[in-house]
Amino acid sequence: MGVFSRFTNYIKTVVSSFLDRAEDPGQTLDYAYEKQQEQLQNLRRSIADVVTQEKRLELQEAQVNAQIEKLDGQARLALQSNKEDLARLALERKQALQTQLATFDTNIAQLKQQQEKFVAMEQRLTSRVETFRSQKEMVKAQYNASQAQVRIQEAATGISEDMADVNMAVERAQDRVLQMQARANAMDELTQSGTLPELGSGDDIDRQLAQLTNKSEIDKQLADLKTQLQLPEAHSAQAQLPEPEAQSGESELPPSEN
Amino acid sequence: MIVRIMGEDQYRLDDSYRAQIEQLDAAAEVAMNEGDEAAFTSALHELIQAVREHGQVITVDEIVPSDWIIPGPDMTLSEARERLQHVEARESPDATTK
Repeated sequence: MGVFSRFTNYIKTVVSSFLDRAEDPGQTLDYAYEKQQEQLQNLRRSIADVVTQEKRLELQEAQVNAQIEKLDGQARLALQSNKEDLARLALERKQALQTQLATFDTNIAQLKQQQEKFVAMEQRLTSRVETFRSQKEMVKAQYNASQAQVRIQEAATGISEDMADVNMAVERAQDRVLQMQARANAMDELTQSGTLPELGSGDDIDRQLAQLTNKSEIDKQLADLKTQLQLPEAHSAQAQLPEPEAQSGESELPPSEN
Repeated sequence: MIVRIMGEDQYRLDDSYRAQIEQLDAAAEVAMNEGDEAAFTSALHELIQAVREHGQVITVDEIVPSDWIIPGPDMTLSEARERLQHVEARESPDATTK
């Protein structure tokens, strides 16, 4: 017996577990219909989950993009302050984040595809369940017509295959979403702490980069203030590197970001 | 003969394709036993392709059981093996590690 024969048997086993439930055929059909409704609900929930995950990843991607932009700015500042080592670190970090962006795009594309598949499945199943319902009512009305009995049994089996199909699709999608979520969470922690493992001693670098940003942000604000107040040294403060006076002012202020 | 591709549609296929299906069925089995992912995927895809090409989609208002139920194109060898082992082990308690 080959793989596909075995696979066919496997699904048929699942299908028969949906079917042999009640002794009265009428009850069996009602029960099957009930199960179909549940399965449809299940599928709809799964579609919602996939969409949620898509949104979540898009949000995370936007955060990573913002982080990249920030690191880019920090690299520029570091270079302007003649701190090439720090600029290099910022760029390295930016590079590491950029490689992650591709993963986001792939995952989001996969989820969109999954969503489309599910929506098609949901439409198909909704129609089939409706067909099943009317056949079932017909059979119940003419209880003794053995031909109708045979047909409805076939229909019950056929639609149970659809159920098994949806079952498996939902289960697989859930696994995939969970895996993506786990990866994205790990990524999120890294982005938020700014500490990417391959760079080591991240905290210190972060602090230095943040200091640089804060310092130059404060220099800029100071220069702006001076311009507003029309103080004479406004231009020189903006163009030059931070002066000692500006530094002492900075330490009293809470950091604007971190 | 009715063939279902999981996650997609059911198709009505002429009985003359039975030989081709059985041949691919056997090829996929060999591939699985040898752990040959590429051969497995190629047998699966060839089968799906043949069904899509020669079969007629069964519309939603017709509800019929299938003669063959085959996985969708994204089924990997390891997932197929895991699913089959899982269910077959449950079916026959003696064949535990097969």
